[in-house]
Amino acid sequence: MRFFKFGIALLLTILIFFVLNTKLGSIPPIGKFLNPVSGIWQNDAEETITGNIPIEGLVDVVTVQYDSLLIPHIHAQNDQDLYKAQGYITAKHRLWQMEFQTFAAAGRLSEIIGEKAIDFDQLQRRRGMIFGAENALQVMNKDPKTLQALEAYRDGVNQYINQLDLNKLPVEYKLLDYQPEQWTTKKTALLLMYMTKMLAGGDSDLEYTNALRRFGKERFDLLFPDFYKVIDPVIPADTNWDYITTEMPVTPESELLPLDSISETIAKPHPNNGSNNWAVSADKSVTGNAILANDPHLGLNLPSIWFVMQLKTPKHNAMGATLPGALGVISGFNTDISWGVTNATRDVLDWYKIEFKDASRKQYKYGNAWKNTTVRVENIKIRGAAPLTDSIIFTHYGPVTYDKNYKGDNEKSGYAMKWTGHIGGNNQLTFLKLNEAKTYDDYVNALKNYTAPAQNFAFASTKGDVALWIQGLFPNKWKGQGKFLMDGSNPDNEWQSFIPQKFNAHVKNPERGFISSANQHPVDQSYPFYVFNDGYETYRNRVINDFFRDRAKVAVADFKSLQNNNFNLKASELLPNIFQNMDASGLTPEEKEVYAQIKGWDFYSEIDQLAPSIWDLWWTKLYDRVWDELENKDVALDLPFTYQTIYLLINKPDDAFMDIESTPEKETAKDLFLITFKETAKELLAWKAENGDYRWSAYKGTYLGHLLQALPAFSRFDLPIGGDYNTVNAASSNHGPSWRMIVEMSSPPKALGIYPGGQSGNPGSKYYDNFVDDWAAGRYQELLFMQDNQNNAQIMATQTLTPKK
Amino acid sequence: MKPFLNFIVTIVVALILSQFLPWWSVMVAGFVTGLFFSLKRFAVFYIPFLAIFLFWSVYCFWLGNGHDFVMAKKIAVLLPLSGSPYLLIIVTGVVGGLAAGVAGILGKQCEQLVKR
Repeated sequence: MRFFKFGIALLLTILIFFVLNTKLGSIPPIGKFLNPVSGIWQNDAEETITGNIPIEGLVDVVTVQYDSLLIPHIHAQNDQDLYKAQGYITAKHRLWQMEFQTFAAAGRLSEIIGEKAIDFDQLQRRRGMIFGAENALQVMNKDPKTLQALEAYRDGVNQYINQLDLNKLPVEYKLLDYQPEQWTTKKTALLLMYMTKMLAGGDSDLEYTNALRRFGKERFDLLFPDFYKVIDPVIPADTNWDYITTEMPVTPESELLPLDSISETIAKPHPNNGSNNWAVSADKSVTGNAILANDPHLGLNLPSIWFVMQLKTPKHNAMGATLPGALGVISGFNTDISWGVTNATRDVLDWYKIEFKDASRKQYKYGNAWKNTTVRVENIKIRGAAPLTDSIIFTHYGPVTYDKNYKGDNEKSGYAMKWTGHIGGNNQLTFLKLNEAKTYDDYVNALKNYTAPAQNFAFASTKGDVALWIQGLFPNKWKGQGKFLMDGSNPDNEWQSFIPQKFNAHVKNPERGFISSANQHPVDQSYPFYVFNDGYETYRNRVINDFFRDRAKVAVADFKSLQNNNFNLKASELLPNIFQNMDASGLTPEEKEVYAQIKGWDFYSEIDQLAPSIWDLWWTKLYDRVWDELENKDVALDLPFTYQTIYLLINKPDDAFMDIESTPEKETAKDLFLITFKETAKELLAWKAENGDYRWSAYKGTYLGHLLQALPAFSRFDLPIGGDYNTVNAASSNHGPSWRMIVEMSSPPKALGIYPGGQSGNPGSKYYDNFVDDWAAGRYQELLFMQDNQNNAQIMATQTLTPKK
Repeated sequence: MKPFLNFIVTIVVALILSQFLPWWSVMVAGFVTGLFFSLKRFAVFYIPFLAIFLFWSVYCFWLGNGHDFVMAKKIAVLLPLSGSPYLLIIVTGVVGGLAAGVAGILGKQCEQLVKR
């Protein structure tokens, strides 16, 4: 009996221990997780930001001052100490995020969150993300300045990890029950690849190939024109290109497009990834100082993708938004210049059809001969399951992403990706140099070797100059090259050369007194190199440029108002046509009320209005109905862009595409207006019955999702912010202005900044989301740009990093 | 007297062990005191339970209260405990108490085995 009782007690004890110490599904190991000594209660606190911390390998003392926003101001005596401190301090506030993002870049999320990430991880590997990071690292390692900075940063991060009290591990590690690994220089390269994929990892070649086969060239060109009727390009339309002397490639006579039928294509980056930047020269500024603004539009997450810092040595002093994991300031200013970036998308990713000699896939056809493939074996570790091995074939173009093992079934063919993201580049050095730049020439020099993701680099200086270079590595293509799948066995189809860097489109001190970019067409058709519509934005840029054309001189207050401008140019270009042509006589009284609401709209998408919600839903439905011919087909097709859709609705209302395929009647544009309006009214009235008035902010429901699948506990919901993805204030439901900055180039510069988040990555910190309300309301924080390390009233704490003996 | 002694010793041992053992130090504490301060019937479970419940919940309250329970409120949404940090404190206390109580039973049974 005693033994029996003992056995029962032992079993019970083991069972309780097991249940409380093991992660079960998504439930964390509850004993480990909740206990007050090492669990989450330890994270209900702020970081220690005072005292002395000995750091190995520091040359000199580094002073870190925190202002009341928890922005660290790092005062170092040399570059090596500076970047070591940047690594240490970034890890202190954002360790989990910076590591998680590099795991995502490398296709290693399954290691952390298990089977649900397998598809994501496999695609990252098949895109060649690690291949690209390795190539970039090779180039970066060859530059002593970059290498020294990368290693200093790495050592700084690792010093933090090594001295971190495990009881204080960031809460996400406790939730998922794992621990951080050591930081490496490769992780910085992976983080840069993560950005490259986000901003330059899209293309539509295979979808276009399907569309070309299905509709023929004439109809295809109507749907996807290279240039729209109206554009207001980044580089002003009157630019003289006579200085460009490059010989342009001509379409090879042997060009034959493989008109394959592709049923499923890989996931694309978010279509709204984009940004605004602009600057006015001294002459156009009320104060006589140039002013620059930047607001990158990215997914809205917590912790925020940005971390604001000041990085100062006796030789240079920069401040602005940094990317945890990368070195230096990415969007910011220093004593002499300021810079801001927007995405300069261009078709830098092409697909080549590969014909293998046989099923062994050891060789592929190239000209009249066979070329050898190489194989990269990717081992994807999966938490709680056996690892997955994926052998990816590489050609000289790049990885054969699509083959019999991935979204394809042909044993002897596949599609290889050729991408500038795979060509190694030292894109870190550009930012190190921008942090130090003093003049326009320094800025141009900093950009020279930058390859990807291509950006519109806006520039302003205390001298009053403004400039904008569209910088990236761009293949010099013949007209139409790479718009569709190409035959990889024909050497004539290769990228023949790259656009010489000095001929990348740019502008300095234009007569109009301002420069701007908002992801629109980089240039008009007079630019000698081939450029075609790569999903360019067509609304924000026109509002911005008109804003500056309408004003003789502007001030910082105008910049604030423009960054928060919710004028809906898109709606204003279509709705008058609808009101004119739609037959509203048969509407029910309820529908008439909704119709009156939108008819009275001033086209500003403000939070308290009803009309923006009506527009948003109506447009979604209308767009879907116009392109019903392209949806839910057995092949992958892209829908035409908004601008062209509205153009067709207005100018070709009787086109065959307006017809709804599933009905016997022949619909035209005005029928679609009415049908979709009635559906919209019905749906909104139902929404109202359930949720109350469909005011824009309530209906849109903008939220900041925690990086871990938007865990509600660590996210913020229902933020009162206006605008939509086509307004200058490009805030849609989970995407928008991820950092807003305005810098007036006085001496020293005065800057405003804000982002949706907070400086701390700890959801248990008061600084986790303390900027959010101000951000939503369009308010800014004055950034404290320190000139020395003397304490002042705005400094709340100082920490000293000292060389460890 | 014995229950009170057991109660105090459990807390003291748990406090000391928690400095260098993981969370299951409370199980060791429950086991050890169960072994040496043997209790009768149901007290075998509920004395260590109450001891660790008190230890953990007071410690949690002390940690969170100094910081407005910013994290506790969020974890109470995650679990989900309707966002109440006080419910989270109770749950934490019960988890610790349960672990210690069960270990206490094991300690007692162990003592019974060894006695002869």
